[in-house]
Amino acid sequence: MAPLVPHIISNEFNFILAIIIGIGFGFALEQAGFGSTKKLVGLFYGYDFTVLKVFMTAGVTAMVGVILLNHMELLDVSIIYINPTFLWAALIGGGIMGGGFIIGGFCPGTSVCAAATGKVDGMAFVFGAILGVFAFGESFPLIKDMYYAENWGDLLVFEMMGLSREVFGLIMVIGATVIFILVQKIENRVNGKKVPWLKSDVKKYSVAVGLAIVVIVLTMITPTRGELMHQRIEESLVSNAADIKTMDADKLAYELMHQYYQYNVIDVRSKEAFEKFHIPTAINVPLNELNKQENRYLLQQNIKTNVFYGDDVDNAKRALLISKYYGKAENAALSASANDFNVQFFQIAEQNAPATKDEMNTYNFRVDAATKLTEIAKAVANLDKPVVKKVSRVKGGCS
Amino acid sequence: MIETPKKYMNPYLAGFFLGFVLLATIYISGRGLGASGALKSVVMQTVQSVTPSHAESVDYYKKYADQHPDGPLKSWLFFEVIGVIIGAFLSAVISNRVSLKLEKGVGVKNSTRIAAAIFGGALFGFGSQIARGCTSGSALSGMAVMSFGGIITMLSIFGMAYALAFFFRKLWINKAN
Repeated sequence: MAPLVPHIISNEFNFILAIIIGIGFGFALEQAGFGSTKKLVGLFYGYDFTVLKVFMTAGVTAMVGVILLNHMELLDVSIIYINPTFLWAALIGGGIMGGGFIIGGFCPGTSVCAAATGKVDGMAFVFGAILGVFAFGESFPLIKDMYYAENWGDLLVFEMMGLSREVFGLIMVIGATVIFILVQKIENRVNGKKVPWLKSDVKKYSVAVGLAIVVIVLTMITPTRGELMHQRIEESLVSNAADIKTMDADKLAYELMHQYYQYNVIDVRSKEAFEKFHIPTAINVPLNELNKQENRYLLQQNIKTNVFYGDDVDNAKRALLISKYYGKAENAALSASANDFNVQFFQIAEQNAPATKDEMNTYNFRVDAATKLTEIAKAVANLDKPVVKKVSRVKGGCS
Repeated sequence: MIETPKKYMNPYLAGFFLGFVLLATIYISGRGLGASGALKSVVMQTVQSVTPSHAESVDYYKKYADQHPDGPLKSWLFFEVIGVIIGAFLSAVISNRVSLKLEKGVGVKNSTRIAAAIFGGALFGFGSQIARGCTSGSALSGMAVMSFGGIITMLSIFGMAYALAFFFRKLWINKAN
């Protein structure tokens, strides 16, 4: 699951990709006409709204793309960089930038474009921007308080408005379309041109807008991949269709006593339940976190057998099916609940004394297993602890 | 024969293309595009090279140096902007738009235009540091991931530019217009 950096693509290679992405960025900006200052400021005097058109189209395109990738679970939106909201800094900084825009006629990205294509004014703007950044560094102590004030964190606009990501996307697509029609009218009036609405153009743009709307609506009415997976898992649990390998408690105890290193015992209950009791050597991955990026390695390795157990056998089976969905590890579901295992091995002394010889053997085995397993758990506690893998938000932004 | 510059791309098509580049960036790197961050890298490198003692003593530079142990220039945005320079140049070459010239409003003196560009650039550079990103890094990329901060930065940039447009009209549009 994306983002591909840093788990699939290394940070070093990412720099090379940065150049390639930058080429695309620069190419798009120049083709749009952003290398020309007169085209840029046209927006503010009504004679050329190219900037607004390009900017809004780009923003909405990427937004719809993020909605779609998120829905298909190809992109983990919980770890992509979200520009943090510092209210005063955003408003004041934005205002100053607005002044810079109308006086200088560029923004940093477009000035680099202009400079690259030989525009002297672009070069002057880049030089000015560097001075501005330097001035900020020198005056930082003075504006520090404002810079950090009103930190609202990684706030998302649709959350703030109480909408879903998809509904907000829909509003943006429709809003952008309305704005495009309006600015075209303004542009034509300011330039004193009468541009007829070409039928072919209307058709073309309607298809584009329609497509964006269809994509968003589809993401709203179809289940996500995760939901689909859970739905299938429930179905196969009911119908017993899936091939589920189970393992009983005695077998697991035996295997752990003799070759614990061949097994990942995974407790899919909550953290609290895990801390109260867990099978020796087990690690804790709550069921609803099993499909998270940081736990996938367990499901994808093919060295150890994963043995899942939980509050009941069904949850162990669910975990096994999730594991099967994501990886090709050997899996088994424990046919006993955590509680059963606890009673069977660790509270055995309180039970009735065995009657037959077979039962006696089992009894002895279990008593023996309880002590051995505890010893093993102690011995490997410091060796085998899984490395706590934390997937953190990507660092980004212009800093 | 002098070749005339080609027409610019349809703005919506260019926007769609730009949106795709942005989406690819988010997909690959989990972050957005940017520009002012690269200028910051240049400033930081310059300060560190020219006055190392100053860079050592001022908290702001020290903090930045701590966050970028491999040096300021080894940052994603710096490499990206190198790409922007290449991409813009290539685009201008294939469209016959490369030429050394100064663009300005009708009747504006060259010196006025240069001074305005430097001053405007300085404001933009300063503002971008306060807002933690410029039009690309904060407004555009913020919009794509639906960041509240990004969107209010965008509104603030364009709102202020509109509010001031009247006062600076002589820089851009002829009085006759």
